[in-house]
Amino acid sequence: MNKILSALLFCSLLLVTASARAEKITVAAAADLKFAMGEIITEFKKANPTDEIEVIYGSSGKFHTQIQQGAPYDLYFSADIAFPRELAKNGFAASDVTPYAFGRIVLWSESLDATKMNLESLTDLTITRIAIANPKHAPYGKRAEEALRSSKIWDKVEAKLVYGENIAHTAQFVQTGNAQVGIIALSLAVSPELSNKGGYWLIPDNLHEPLEQGYIITKRAAENVLAKRFADYMGSKEARAVMTKYGFVLPNESTSK
Amino acid sequence: MLLSEGDLQAIWLTLRLASIVTLILLVLGTPIAWWLARTRTRWKGLIGAVVALPLVLPPSVLGFYLLLAMGPYGLVGHLTRKLGLGPLPFTFEGLVIASVFYSLPFMVQPLQNAFESIGDRPLEVAATLRGSPLDAFFTVAVPLALPGFLTASILTFAHTVGEFGVVLMIGGNIPGVTRVASVQIYDHVEALEYTQAHHLSAIMLVFSFLVLLALYAWRPNPKKGA
Repeated sequence: MNKILSALLFCSLLLVTASARAEKITVAAAADLKFAMGEIITEFKKANPTDEIEVIYGSSGKFHTQIQQGAPYDLYFSADIAFPRELAKNGFAASDVTPYAFGRIVLWSESLDATKMNLESLTDLTITRIAIANPKHAPYGKRAEEALRSSKIWDKVEAKLVYGENIAHTAQFVQTGNAQVGIIALSLAVSPELSNKGGYWLIPDNLHEPLEQGYIITKRAAENVLAKRFADYMGSKEARAVMTKYGFVLPNESTSK
Repeated sequence: MLLSEGDLQAIWLTLRLASIVTLILLVLGTPIAWWLARTRTRWKGLIGAVVALPLVLPPSVLGFYLLLAMGPYGLVGHLTRKLGLGPLPFTFEGLVIASVFYSLPFMVQPLQNAFESIGDRPLEVAATLRGSPLDAFFTVAVPLALPGFLTASILTFAHTVGEFGVVLMIGGNIPGVTRVASVQIYDHVEALEYTQAHHLSAIMLVFSFLVLLALYAWRPNPKKGA
């Protein structure tokens, strides 16, 4: 009995000292980074195996609110740079607002061949449900609405629209077949989970405002060395290669391809 | 004006959904509760557990399964297509069905308790007076269980009004169709429209409190009766 107890004590002691030594950060990342961020962290950890990085994916708008209310996030990657800009203006940032990518939107379908479609195809009578992210607060939803409006088909398709809470939720509506087609992030459409399920059609970026994305180190992480190191890593060759692979356009590259 | 047109639409939709679900559950829940209260089979535990499931299941679990089941690749989805109906997610009917599952225990359990507390005696008396079982149910059991019906209906209605997770997962947030009050509040908060969120939230808070107050104040005090 005593042996078991002392063994347990020893183990917990190990755990305590281990967690005290390793650095740890929590990253709040927009849902469109779901796959890219995971890969970047894997790369980062190859060089820094003792560092711990926890990521929470969700809607940029929600993180914006949560950080104002003191949420324990050290880094905030937003799909719309306007959110971190506002946080910085109100004193919630410990770094400059740094643009890290431009997002692109695509038509994506699981059941139809989206590579042969364009926005006009959405007016087809056989398409009854189109998923987009909620334009009211999701950056990708706003751009989807702009693209539909500037193609002059918004009025024709509005009745068919269903709204996802964020871009990953929107993709899920299409993935389960409940919407035949959706407007989602290119970064999700090319991900391993979705790319084997159907094709996509890239929506020309002159149809919508640019989806400029930016990050900040939050105020609570002002002294956190790992937060700074990881933020810097986003500009590294390795991280940029992953972002490009997932269809993001990088800040100093041309946005129109 | 305190509430926008969208808010009013969401409230009206919520009330409509809760009323329809309560009516449907009165019809479906009563026989289930009656059976659970009267039966002596060993299946009672199993059925009782299934009925109680929505009490413990996270709404996301229910929402996830319903989204898959009612989608075009799911079992229910196949059925609705055979019947010439479209898939149920993103429709008001879909919300009704999801809410019926979600609120089932809130109808069945109070009713079952009410039926059980009647006991065998009044029904045996009815039988000796040559009342048929159906007759006995409507003229003896229902009047005696009336407080139970009221409690069950109020709880079902209120619980459906408070639904959020399931609606978010299968609703698709369509104005006037699936955008209920709870989702509308969520949207306001997400869009940083705190003033509108405050107005609608305050209404929900007052409503929920009044419902529960009515329920507790009206419940006869057992000490007084004794």
